[in-house]
Amino acid sequence: MGQYIIRRTLIAIPTLLVISFVIFAVLALAPGDPLAQFALNPAIPEAVRERIRVQLGLDQPWPVRYVKWLQQLAQGNFGISFNSKAPVTDLIAQRLPQTLQVVGLAYVIAVGLAIPLGIISAVKQYSIFDNVATFFSFIGFSVPSFFTGLVLMLVFAINLGWFPIVYSSTIKIDSWATFWQQVRQMVLPITVLVVQQTAALTRFMRSAMLDNLSMDYVRTARAKGLTDRLVVVRHVVTNSLIPVITLIALGIPTIFAGAIITENLFRVNGLGQLLISSINSSDTPVVMALTFIFAMLTVVFNLVADVLYGVLDPRVRYS
Amino acid sequence: MNPKRLWSWLPAFAALAMILAACGGAPQAPQAPTTAPVAEATTAPVAAAPTDAPAATTAPAATTAPAPTTAPAPTAAPVAEAGGKLNILYWQAITILNPHLASGTKDFDGAAVILESLANYSEKDELTPGLATEIPTADNGGVAEDGLSITWKLVETNWSDGTPFTADDVVFTWQYCSEEATACSTAESFSAIETVEAVDPQTVKITWTQPNAYPYVAFVGSQGMILQKAQFENCIGANAISDAACQAANLAPIGTNAYKLTEMRPGDTVLYERNSEYRDAENVFFDEVEIKGGGDAASAARAVCETGEVDLAWNIQVPSAVLTPILENGDCDPLVGGSFGIERVVVNFANPDPALGDQRSEPDQPHPFLTDPAVRQAINLAIDREAIVSQLQATAGTVTCNVLVAPAALDSPNTKCPRDVEAAKKLLDDAGWVVPEGSSVREKDGVKLIVNFQTSINTLRQGEQAIIKANLAEIGITVNVKAIDAGVFFSGDPGNPDTLNKMYVDLQMYTNSNESPDPTSYFQGWTCENRNSSANQWNGGNDGRYCNEEYDALYATYAAALDPDERAAVAIALNDLLIADNMIFPLVNRATPQVKLKTLEGPTFDPTFDSLLWNIATWKRVP
Repeated sequence: MGQYIIRRTLIAIPTLLVISFVIFAVLALAPGDPLAQFALNPAIPEAVRERIRVQLGLDQPWPVRYVKWLQQLAQGNFGISFNSKAPVTDLIAQRLPQTLQVVGLAYVIAVGLAIPLGIISAVKQYSIFDNVATFFSFIGFSVPSFFTGLVLMLVFAINLGWFPIVYSSTIKIDSWATFWQQVRQMVLPITVLVVQQTAALTRFMRSAMLDNLSMDYVRTARAKGLTDRLVVVRHVVTNSLIPVITLIALGIPTIFAGAIITENLFRVNGLGQLLISSINSSDTPVVMALTFIFAMLTVVFNLVADVLYGVLDPRVRYS
Repeated sequence: MNPKRLWSWLPAFAALAMILAACGGAPQAPQAPTTAPVAEATTAPVAAAPTDAPAATTAPAATTAPAPTTAPAPTAAPVAEAGGKLNILYWQAITILNPHLASGTKDFDGAAVILESLANYSEKDELTPGLATEIPTADNGGVAEDGLSITWKLVETNWSDGTPFTADDVVFTWQYCSEEATACSTAESFSAIETVEAVDPQTVKITWTQPNAYPYVAFVGSQGMILQKAQFENCIGANAISDAACQAANLAPIGTNAYKLTEMRPGDTVLYERNSEYRDAENVFFDEVEIKGGGDAASAARAVCETGEVDLAWNIQVPSAVLTPILENGDCDPLVGGSFGIERVVVNFANPDPALGDQRSEPDQPHPFLTDPAVRQAINLAIDREAIVSQLQATAGTVTCNVLVAPAALDSPNTKCPRDVEAAKKLLDDAGWVVPEGSSVREKDGVKLIVNFQTSINTLRQGEQAIIKANLAEIGITVNVKAIDAGVFFSGDPGNPDTLNKMYVDLQMYTNSNESPDPTSYFQGWTCENRNSSANQWNGGNDGRYCNEEYDALYATYAAALDPDERAAVAIALNDLLIADNMIFPLVNRATPQVKLKTLEGPTFDPTFDSLLWNIATWKRVP
């Protein structure tokens, strides 16, 4: 097992290099200019813009810039943001808590909801409960988050006034009032995310359960005289969870990527919002750092999922 | 109406319960904004840890909790007492607070809450003293008669760290930005300066390299905010962004204005608090100011007008169909005025025919039909400006026929641009451009009136293109429209064929204006010498390749004139000449519309030549 992990880690290095090269090339070759805001502004003539480009290192050809970026990365430095002229790591550190709070919590809730829903749906297949759950999960699948987000905002924030529409990242929780304020502003974005994520996981859990329910070992367990409850909980659920856990592990990196649309809609200024605003303003160092970290997490959690699979399922062995 | 009322009680009870809970459980909540240590601003600019800024949100629950839920209900607003928090929403978040390294308008605005310049431009384009005691003029001896220097008298005040503000800080700001390696985005405003000297701690003298007809360019408005020498001393040159201490300073400048920084989260939120060292501190109303960034313009307008969570929202550029119901709905006022720029259609006097190869759009290749004054005039007469404004930009623009509209005194009263399709057709007929049998396109000597018309990708602009295309079809001119990614169109990249500078089309549309109240460099952009060509990397500034000796002569008079009255007259004459020649078709004078709560007093519409927040020190809440 140890050897397997080491081998996988070593293979990951060239993968990450290729990923970073492709992203850098795409960013460098795509149209766009960090100084686009200043284009045409007679108070900021071309000569001044050129000086700013030199200061940001943009006067060099992009392969040179890529090598420099790699050198910096080797020292654990993601460079300086073009927009805020501050280290990218500081920006990310500032955004991470907000993303974890909102997107992370939504993920936990979604997992917590999806597993029991999926189990009940499968055990009581085609019951009213199953039909309703299926109906809602298809809604969750098919309605895009910008739509659910806008509808929730219009109904619950604007018409009913229950929740704020402007998320404040400067609330310091030191009393029940501020705690409530924090909870209230988190409700809508979390709801949007939960609706989406629960939908996928519920369907997955349901089908994994259905696969197992018709297996021979289930019939054997029943034949032994075990109660229905024991059969489902001890045998079917544990076995059905194996693929679902893999799926959950693979979904964890997406938490760190933030939820671009939902974050932007509700002004939760997390990593997703940082990514999209940096792309819009061609802030290459920030985009590179975020996408690279995301790529790294994806590779890592792929490995974690594989290892978990081996731990959970005795039939799978890596050598 | 009634069911809505009913519902609104529910959150009110919820809020009440929360406040009760807060009062019972947290007796500590003191009002502590002024006690935050000064050092914090300098040392913790990127402080993510919520523990760093104790002052921020511990303010009494009563001010923060009920506001979002109960909206502007009568219970929420008692008598307006000084204090509380001012909430401002920008859909483009502030990323840096050193205005000289700004990457957009938002950064100048964020800095203007902390920093000041010697003078500001009001919304009426009038100079008002900031860190200067008065505006220097020739009459009070501040401006030298030969136009070679200007002397400012400075007010006696302190930086927010308690040290005195002196002329050395002004001199330093010039040194900081005149060093090319610092790469100040505001460098142009300092470019005419020979030297800046501190005559005494309260007097600063600026000497120009040559007689300067308009001496209020440096240290004025959002381009001229003064940095503290002590804080930025080691940040000149490459250090400006590479040194860790300077990076921190860029995100947390020490200033002289009514507020100082509490916390800065680049791209997200900036939190300010009362500056007790401010020279007029007792008249500052708010304890805290928060500028939140992100989201979209439409929901920002809702947050002001419909939920009342926010006091002011910046640049609500949304189609009128969306905005009008929001504005009607709530207790808010739109603030529209000034000029963000003039949306115009530029005529190409050079031939953009691809068959010319290298010679394409070079100034020495005359355009086959746009050089005919009758064709240009007919196009101008055919464009329906009223439709463009009413359908697309109702809340954010007015029809204009001038290329120069600000300062208001220079907005020419002599021009007219009514729509007259019949006159346009007659003009073309008389000039020999006729519609042959079985065709809908006018032609003469085998040259057809087919124009290519480009602009950047933007919903409003594509709407304008469609209107103009229909307008010109009416008079027998076919328009092929083209829309280009804004990043390319405005990039000035000499290697890309789709830039505005190259103008490989017959007509193009964009917004531009004079950034300074003195339009010298703006007018220079239409001289023969500045015509874009491969020789100047397409960067001359005259993208229409317009060349008129009469205009050049008049421009020379303008550039040399020193008398303000003469300059104003010549500026208007320059504008009139361009318009009469139909070399450019101004369409809309665009504004950046803002909305504010009716209970907020002080904000003006965005001044053309200064920051929206230029007078934030005087803003207050009224019942």
